[in-house]
Amino acid sequence: MIVAKRKPMAEIAEMVAPYKKVKIIGCRSCVAICLAGGEKEVKTLVSALRLKAKKEGRRQEFEGLVVERQCEKEWVKEVEDRIMDSDLVLSMACSLGAQTIGDMYPKKLVFPALNTGIFGVPEEQGVWSEKCVGCGNCIIHTTGGICPIARCAKSMLNGPCGGSSNGKCEVNLEVDCAWYAIHERLKLQNRLELIEQVSPPKDWSTSHSGGRRVYVREDARLTQYQKKGREAVR
Amino acid sequence: MSERRPKVVGFCCERHGLDAAVLAARSGRCYDASVRIVKVPCSGRVDQTHILQALEDGADAVFVLGCLEKNCHYDTGSIEGRKRVEYVRSTLADLGIEKERVEMFNASSTMAWKFPEIVTRMAEVAKRLGPIAKGGGDR
Repeated sequence: MIVAKRKPMAEIAEMVAPYKKVKIIGCRSCVAICLAGGEKEVKTLVSALRLKAKKEGRRQEFEGLVVERQCEKEWVKEVEDRIMDSDLVLSMACSLGAQTIGDMYPKKLVFPALNTGIFGVPEEQGVWSEKCVGCGNCIIHTTGGICPIARCAKSMLNGPCGGSSNGKCEVNLEVDCAWYAIHERLKLQNRLELIEQVSPPKDWSTSHSGGRRVYVREDARLTQYQKKGREAVR
Repeated sequence: MSERRPKVVGFCCERHGLDAAVLAARSGRCYDASVRIVKVPCSGRVDQTHILQALEDGADAVFVLGCLEKNCHYDTGSIEGRKRVEYVRSTLADLGIEKERVEMFNASSTMAWKFPEIVTRMAEVAKRLGPIAKGGGDR
């Protein structure tokens, strides 16, 4: 899932200070699971900003809302009237949610309350770790199910490097060496011969280069005729 | 004009915290009448939104009173309560609001002397800091 972290309160308070009517919109998907922008976090931020405004004698209105998935227009549409009735939308979703609202209502100001961080998994309660960088060309079937791009500090395709020591990385001794983990996993799977195969340079054209990546599934797209039909129904 | 009475809200767990308050009253100890007690099943049930809501609604100071940490009826409830109080304190500090407005305390049901002490301490904080709202408005 997408893991995000709330910006420091002081930074958020400064961002919203000039605006009278502020709608704080959370999301019940990834950011709710990583405890950054769900129902409770929205409530907390609304209360905190109200206290700040009170403390500084500013008249501001804060309202908290939570939508099912802020990155999907259909869900955002449900709170359209509230968005229109605001001076500022403070998004407590990942950047995708904030940008979705921004694209739908380009005249409206949409500010982010979160810093969107990683594609991560929960390791234990309150701890999320990065396991994918979305390079667009997955190779974990050859690396024992462990991604060296995300988990190796040098994103090496042929490892481990000389900096691996006792299963730790030279970059930071707190960090596990991804290639040591790959070696151990392949040994467990009796596929250790894979580590000796030299991987050629990776095709990075599927990664973040050449502008925004757009994925299309043709059979799921609506034809012009179908789109017209939907418009007619609306 | 009479002096403004400070507003203190205390979230007390019904197992030990509230019993300490009841025992204090039964044993004839006095405490500041400015405290409003909110009975909760466990201090771990109190979360940041409850504390912030109390402040938002006009409390000058808020405390959470739970069982002693290694003697919690629900094992780790008072540890959870403390974590949330710490979260609120750091949030307030981040916003430039005095963090001492919010405190966590622990007591066992037999500590009758502790409840008046806590209330006195928080009432003093409330008096010293006054309302959060600029100009002294309560809401």
